[in-house]
Amino acid sequence: MTLALVGYYEAWYVQILKAIVIFAVGLQLVPVVLMAERKIMGRMQGRYGPNRVGPYGALQPLADILKLLTKEQFRPKTSVGFLFAVAPLISILTAVAAFAIIPFGNVQHIGGERVGLYGIDVSIGPLYLFAFGAIAFYGIMLGGWSSGSKYSFLGAMRGAAQLISYEVSQGLALVGVIMTAQTLSLTGIVTAQKGMWYIVPQLGGFLIFLTASFAETNRAPFDLTEADAELVGGYNTEYGGGRFASYYFAEYLNVLVVSGIVTTVFLGGWLMPFGIHPPGFLDPFVVLFKMSLITFFFIWVRATLPRLRYDQLMSFGWKVLLPLATLNTLVTAILVVVTH
Amino acid sequence: MSDTVPETDLSAAAPTSAATAAATLPLSRWSPGEDVIEVQRPPAPGAARGAWRTFVETARGLKTTFGRIAEGTNTISYPEEKVPVYPRFRGRHKLHRFEDIPHNGAQAGLEKCVGCSLCAAACPADCIRVVAAENTPENRVSAGERYAAVYEINLSRCIFCGYCEVACPFDAITMGHDYELSDYDRADLIFTKEMLLAEPLERTPLRNEGE
Repeated sequence: MTLALVGYYEAWYVQILKAIVIFAVGLQLVPVVLMAERKIMGRMQGRYGPNRVGPYGALQPLADILKLLTKEQFRPKTSVGFLFAVAPLISILTAVAAFAIIPFGNVQHIGGERVGLYGIDVSIGPLYLFAFGAIAFYGIMLGGWSSGSKYSFLGAMRGAAQLISYEVSQGLALVGVIMTAQTLSLTGIVTAQKGMWYIVPQLGGFLIFLTASFAETNRAPFDLTEADAELVGGYNTEYGGGRFASYYFAEYLNVLVVSGIVTTVFLGGWLMPFGIHPPGFLDPFVVLFKMSLITFFFIWVRATLPRLRYDQLMSFGWKVLLPLATLNTLVTAILVVVTH
Repeated sequence: MSDTVPETDLSAAAPTSAATAAATLPLSRWSPGEDVIEVQRPPAPGAARGAWRTFVETARGLKTTFGRIAEGTNTISYPEEKVPVYPRFRGRHKLHRFEDIPHNGAQAGLEKCVGCSLCAAACPADCIRVVAAENTPENRVSAGERYAAVYEINLSRCIFCGYCEVACPFDAITMGHDYELSDYDRADLIFTKEMLLAEPLERTPLRNEGE
């Protein structure tokens, strides 16, 4: 099997158009997720959530972004200027780059061209994801370190330890799927789920991946990097204005990316259950619907679970999640070898 | 109570120095007596039971938060909805006039305030200023000998304790129900006699009897 298998050729203008469309869609999804989180969490806590700006508070994200972007750019005297400015950019860049590999649909014939409804179909899908996930550490690490503040530094150190420990389990949870699907391409993984979504045979992997994803995206209950009760704001304590908005944006885009990956890898991507085959143009909506379910689960968990203590986080990651992920991989490997 | 705890218990239950330090704390000498119920705890679960319990408890928590959505909100959207105040609520002050013929036979509509400054004397925040003047037959303002020529309450200083109301011998000043007193200018919060005498805007709903 060739590793770098690119199924077809796309014209350059198609690729550019695709990049613009996906970036624009991703950009529009972030305020929606932000708004959904505040609304749903509000309802779960017996309150409305934002409902003052625009109809039902729908313009609140716009107001927030306007507020943040018009604020003064400042940095502490002890900060390292260049890194301080670059760190949020790294965060947002890696989040957007990871968004590119989420397949929103199969190859479609649009205007005589064959267009895949995804940014790129890399033949090393999960590796690409983890590569950018690893670079995303630098966004948090450099941001926290270059701020020249103890809270930021502590947040960054926690973030580094947390991300490294949970990335292992996250990766191992995907290995089972990759072995079953016999491919690393995300579209390949989706088409391999024609018979049955991988959430059924890989339920353990799904749960491990989901749990590790909470840590990877720094979301509650693993939001120790920005534990506001102890660390003021964590790694982004010293950030304000547009740079803070970048971090914020990257966090929610990461949630979307993780939802997309879970959808693709475990929930059958654009495939519908019970053998329903909708027309191809509905594929992105199927994917978006599944993504919204996962995102809702993220929000739901945030409203439910309290933040873990640091030692609990570490012992859970290394003593529970990693052995389980290894076991899952091992069992899957044996089953794949036996059944082939 | 402390003598019920034998000294030997403390030394026996202190194998390490850290435990000794903890055991000699005054708290450990407290004898609970009979009103303490022993807490029944299940034995610490093993790995599988513990994992199962964690899973079940997490699911229960998720169910709880999801159930809150159906329960609806407890929010009172303040400027649109207001919580009714109780009749004894102490809000912005009111000055009163006689509505019928006062006891000394003077005409109705006279101010009750006689400018005695007892409210100003009682005020702990020193926010009331009264300047009294003599009533004359041509210019009769109050029912008494004198009246308040100047009566000002600085509501940015007032602590709404209600002592003025208590101190007033003629019930001329009472606390109203209006609590929406914010303004853009401190000078606008100094209420003059005319403003306090005027019928106040009923901006806050009043709670009914038994509500």
